[in-house]
Amino acid sequence: MSPKKIILRFGKDIADKPIIYCLVRDYDLVINILKANVDQNKEGTMVLELTGEKYDQGLAFLKNQGVRVQPLAEEVFRNEEKCTSCGACTDICPSGALYMERPSMEVKFESDNCIVCQICVKICPVKAMEVRF
Amino acid sequence: MAIEKTYAEINEKIKSGKAVVLTAEEVISLVEEKGITEAARSVDVVTTGTFGAMCSSGVFLNFGHSKPRIRMQKVWLNGVPAYTGIAAVDAYLGATELPEDDPCNNNYPGEFRYGGGHVIQDLVARKQIKLEAVSYGTDCYPRKELETFLTLDDLNEATLFNPRNAYQNYNCAVNLSGRTIYTYMGMLKPNLGNAHYSSAGQLSPLLNDPYFLTIGIGTRIFLGGGVGYVAWNGTQHFPGIQQDSAGKSYGPAGGTLSVIGDLKQMKPNWLVGTSFLGYGATLSVGLGIPIPILNEEVMRCVSVTDRDLYAPIVDYSEAYGQRIPGNLGFASYAELKSGRINLNGREIPTAPLSSYPKAREVAGILKNWIQKGEFLLTEPVKLLPSYKDEIASRTLEIKGI
Ligand code: SF4
Ligand code: SF4
Repeated sequence: MSPKKIILRFGKDIADKPIIYCLVRDYDLVINILKANVDQNKEGTMVLELTGEKYDQGLAFLKNQGVRVQPLAEEVFRNEEKCTSCGACTDICPSGALYMERPSMEVKFESDNCIVCQICVKICPVKAMEVRF
Repeated sequence: MAIEKTYAEINEKIKSGKAVVLTAEEVISLVEEKGITEAARSVDVVTTGTFGAMCSSGVFLNFGHSKPRIRMQKVWLNGVPAYTGIAAVDAYLGATELPEDDPCNNNYPGEFRYGGGHVIQDLVARKQIKLEAVSYGTDCYPRKELETFLTLDDLNEATLFNPRNAYQNYNCAVNLSGRTIYTYMGMLKPNLGNAHYSSAGQLSPLLNDPYFLTIGIGTRIFLGGGVGYVAWNGTQHFPGIQQDSAGKSYGPAGGTLSVIGDLKQMKPNWLVGTSFLGYGATLSVGLGIPIPILNEEVMRCVSVTDRDLYAPIVDYSEAYGQRIPGNLGFASYAELKSGRINLNGREIPTAPLSSYPKAREVAGILKNWIQKGEFLLTEPVKLLPSYKDEIASRTLEIKGI
């Protein structure tokens, strides 16, 4: 089974607890931390790849601890209101997720094809491409 | 018999709701079907549009007088400096201005996340803006410092005045070097990895009036989502006809406009703060011009298609920066919009920087205003210089003392 990508969100009350350690010790899960972020308010976000027999029990443990668990659906998304369909990203995006529809010249975003390289986030002149954890 | 219409006749038709208005895109198929003469007879106005980064943009502001008064010597809006070398509480905020503490390209390529253009968009969006000002104090203006918050509606005047907008045509930028470069034409990949262009082509205002037969001082236009006017020719207004070394003609280029309008009636989706990675901050402006079909010659001009219009291909890794004249050839806007151009036998992927869908939207809105009788055409007080005036560009020579 290929590892599942999930997003964990937790409040400051559990930011200090060794929950990841517990996942390894008690549920024997293999963990690959893709992204981790704790903001000034100690609200945390973590993107993980998880594999192991006790996957479901591990998730239940997390939820029990007050961690909100979501599957990773889309990390880079397009703010449709901000995007001006300028097109500047369409020859930069390596996966073709952002592409120009012809002849309308509207820029489309196919998030399924996005490999989350985030180049578009840097180069979009109006900051329409956003990273959502 | 030759077709001749006056501004007054066209405006009468607009007022009575009988004017026939098409966008510069729509008129193409009509001319292909009916021919120039018939199209000139039946159509009264053709609307154009463009939406893209226009660095030479900014706004004159008058803040009103505080108590006690201050003769502002330096001001900042949301941390972005504005020019105050004019009267006490007047300032000019330029689109490319940056906060003094912006890391710029020290952290190459810099992000330039917030500059003058972003402040202008926030103003138009009616957001609260922090105003800071300092001064040396005078007998009549005793205050030396102030800090307050304001919105666009608190200002006496906010006049968008853009010294150079609506470039008639623009370069197609490529990169001949072996490294990625970051320019005002976007990110250019090494070894001709991509090509960026920035024009609405067949919808672009000055490509539809290439000889300045109708656009002049006082022309009423769509500016930033509201109504504006052509104030003058733009800076670096060098209208001409492009030619290659063999003397073959590649259509018009070089004209620019200076435009003005009341910021208070503009819209934040048509004045958009813009950041070019590694280059700087600026403002994207939506601008559209109605072209009265005075005669067949004007109709011939507006029926131009992307197949007839060309951008010069310029290397931005060296030739542009070093001001080396010439170019690598020309690409038609039809080719550029197809997503690939051919250069020296190589296929290069292309992408635009100015939004064609937004250009189409501008032309559509303007058409709608005119059809509803809300927007009348103005006869220019004076037409602008054209290619016939043969204005040559001057360069800045570095001289010793
Ligand atoms: S660069 Fe940004 S604004 Fe332009 S098309 Fe891409 S996502 Fe939209
Ligand atoms: S993150 Fe990368 S792959 Fe995804 S849309 Fe942006 S440029 Fe394309």
